[in-house]
Amino acid sequence: MTAQSTPRLSVAVQSADFDLGHEYSALLAHDRGIGAIVAFVGTVRDLNLADDVVALELEHYPGMTEKSLRKILDAAVERWSLQGARIVHRIGKMCPGDQIVLVLTASAHRGDAYEANNFIMDYLKTEAPFWKKEWTPEGPRWIEARDSDDKAAARWK
Amino acid sequence: MKINVLYFAQLREKFGIGEESIVAPGSVHTVRDLIAHLSTRGGVWAQTFDGSQAFRVAMNQEMIELDTPLVEGAELAIFRPVTGG
Repeated sequence: MTAQSTPRLSVAVQSADFDLGHEYSALLAHDRGIGAIVAFVGTVRDLNLADDVVALELEHYPGMTEKSLRKILDAAVERWSLQGARIVHRIGKMCPGDQIVLVLTASAHRGDAYEANNFIMDYLKTEAPFWKKEWTPEGPRWIEARDSDDKAAARWK
Repeated sequence: MKINVLYFAQLREKFGIGEESIVAPGSVHTVRDLIAHLSTRGGVWAQTFDGSQAFRVAMNQEMIELDTPLVEGAELAIFRPVTGG
């Protein structure tokens, strides 16, 4: 058993789609200490608040977005024993069924990867500077933040 | 004090501006003071900052509270609560 290596952490903010298999393989590669990988993928729904959603647009704060995602990963590593973690968040225009966000967490045992993954998503939803705009047949509208997201993030405090 | 202010998403659309350089009067020390200063413009500015809508502020790309002292030449971003993920 070798000494625990520094966890491999990375973030990407991109308009291009991502490939779960490719991201998974990249995280798993070169680390035989990994015994569990948890993957969360968020996708665009076609229905929100009973209206048809034809497209979703994601705006962000270039520079701060990457920093805040990295900070969330650093906080996760402080709390759980992780071999690696990666966040990929898309920006720009997307359609129902498209992937928006990927969170991968890798650990020796599944408990750490599961909990850290949940924590990362809860914090991402309340701390990372992204804003969603929905396009419906009646026109565009900005999505409002939900209290339930604040409550979800608060439970980790 | 000179501050570079950025507006995102709803606020950018409402104000019709994404970025501006503000030379704040001497009475402006904190973020709260700057918000009050912006409110004096009236119209959508006064309405946005009348306390009825939540907003968040980041200085030099870190989330901060309203009582945080402003730093000369800072990049200040004002926006509605985030909705990513």
